[in-house]
Amino acid sequence: MSLPDVLQVPDLDAFSLSPEEWAAIRLSLQVSVVAMVASLPFGVLTAYVLARGRFWGKSLLNGLVHLPLILPPVVTGYILLILFGRRGPIGAFLADHFGIVLSFRWTGAALACAVMGFPLMVRSIRLSIEAVDAKLEEAAGTLGASPLFVFLTVTLPLMLPGVVAGMILAFAKAMGEFGATITFVSNIPGETQTLSAAIYTFTQVPGGDAGALRLTLVAIVLSMAALLASEALSRMIGKRIHAQ
Amino acid sequence: MTLSVDIRHRQGTFSLDVSFSSARGVTALFGRSGSGKTSVLRIVGGLVAPDSGRVVLDGEVLVDTDARVAVPAHRRRFGYVFQEPRLFPHMSVRQNLAYGRWFAGAGARRDGMDRVLDMLGIGALLDRWPGNLSGGEKQRVAIGRALLSAPRMLLMDEPLSALDEARKAEILPYLERLRDELDLPILYVSHSVSEVARLADRVVVLAEGRVAASGSASEMLKGAFEATGREAGSVLSGRVLSIDAVSGLAVIGFAGVELVVPRGGLETGRPLRVHIPAREVLLATQRPEGISALNVLEGRILSIVPAGEGAADIELACGEERVQSRITTQSVARLNLMPGRSVHAIIKTVALDPH
Repeated sequence: MSLPDVLQVPDLDAFSLSPEEWAAIRLSLQVSVVAMVASLPFGVLTAYVLARGRFWGKSLLNGLVHLPLILPPVVTGYILLILFGRRGPIGAFLADHFGIVLSFRWTGAALACAVMGFPLMVRSIRLSIEAVDAKLEEAAGTLGASPLFVFLTVTLPLMLPGVVAGMILAFAKAMGEFGATITFVSNIPGETQTLSAAIYTFTQVPGGDAGALRLTLVAIVLSMAALLASEALSRMIGKRIHAQ
Repeated sequence: MTLSVDIRHRQGTFSLDVSFSSARGVTALFGRSGSGKTSVLRIVGGLVAPDSGRVVLDGEVLVDTDARVAVPAHRRRFGYVFQEPRLFPHMSVRQNLAYGRWFAGAGARRDGMDRVLDMLGIGALLDRWPGNLSGGEKQRVAIGRALLSAPRMLLMDEPLSALDEARKAEILPYLERLRDELDLPILYVSHSVSEVARLADRVVVLAEGRVAASGSASEMLKGAFEATGREAGSVLSGRVLSIDAVSGLAVIGFAGVELVVPRGGLETGRPLRVHIPAREVLLATQRPEGISALNVLEGRILSIVPAGEGAADIELACGEERVQSRITTQSVARLNLMPGRSVHAIIKTVALDPH
């Protein structure tokens, strides 16, 4: 039995999603996409600097980037709250000068997800940059291409599989992110209640099992779709690069 | 077009102190591996900044460490051909060839493309991808890509060394066409005497980071090559007189001498240089009969110089040309050879095409 059939059967009310649940799913997708897209330029830049740069404090930067991977997510969330909260040094600056408020907003959830997914994204992109043959970049330079153009026409296309993999990883991490998000922006339905937070809420109230199960199924489907999409994408790109 | 180079550079324990200038035609930087040839080329191309010195092309200062001038590689407009083809794997052959044209701007004329495709024989490869080209095809595309960037000069770093003998033989004629048909100076790095003999007009011999000798190709290649200690011989410049397509042989005319060489794919009238390795030249005091070698030249001994290890280098005058022969001192004594004596030099045809 395929999934659309299930949804069309009217007496299986247990499988139809409530408006709040739809909101949680929409919010999760929105937060994850924004987190992934917004962190991409920083991810590529950081990965490039780590892969090619030679400067003092490189291992410090590397450690800083990887910190969210090993810190308890609650700690990361709390640090974000201190820095980006309305009275925090960065949060106050953003609020005063740009009118951007992150704490207890969905944008804050996106920030938390971006920070948590950042090490995964940087790792993947960094590996792909290191796999790009620097001799090709040198050759492009001798043909008249400026360093920026070499990056755009040679380095970037060749590291694309790693970039795509990094984006998918960051997206998947964002979809599943819970601890840092709930610490930083709490669990406000319709504003900051993501899929994971909604499932958690269901498990905390009596009779919430059906709702938790429904959202769990949704989470599985979304994760699977993301995985398949990344497979298909990297196959497509791989074909273009190593076209035989 | 004059390139003058005067640089000092230190890399680990290796030190480079090189000064030379090159003009039109092909200038070979010649020496064994580790002599610093590639480092010199990378400095000229702007891939490495020298510790101190100057690189000047026709009055335009490319590097001057005193004045803190260092034009970056992408603004030098030198076509660079590396040992490996370095084609962009994510672009088709057509896109690879077009890459440098993007930046060449007004300097690149549209009709240049067809000419380069024709000259390198790569017209049929345009829609292929680098991944499924042979080694020789890849290197030809790489040469085409460098040419189409409208360079002021071509820098070639042992472009044949990564190829097997058959592929080398495939590309060498194309390089000769470049030299003869384009008015483009080439700085050519090589450790192969035969390549240098076929291509170079001038040779700069490098040894351990210093210029050991420099001069015209014939001069440099005539004597025993101290830089390599092998493949001593003579280089004659002549023109193709006739071709026998069936036997694959060409007759080359020199000043007062003719030689038969195994080069079927040549056009009549083309200038050509032939390297005659000294150890491939036999001497006979009488005209030999019933012999397989096609080249028997009459000549007169000019000098006999001991070459060590029981060998002697003999210089002959054949017509207006000079031919070197290396034989044992024992043979010199047995045949009673001495300067002024007439002899016949015997050269196997197959020894004359090194590839």
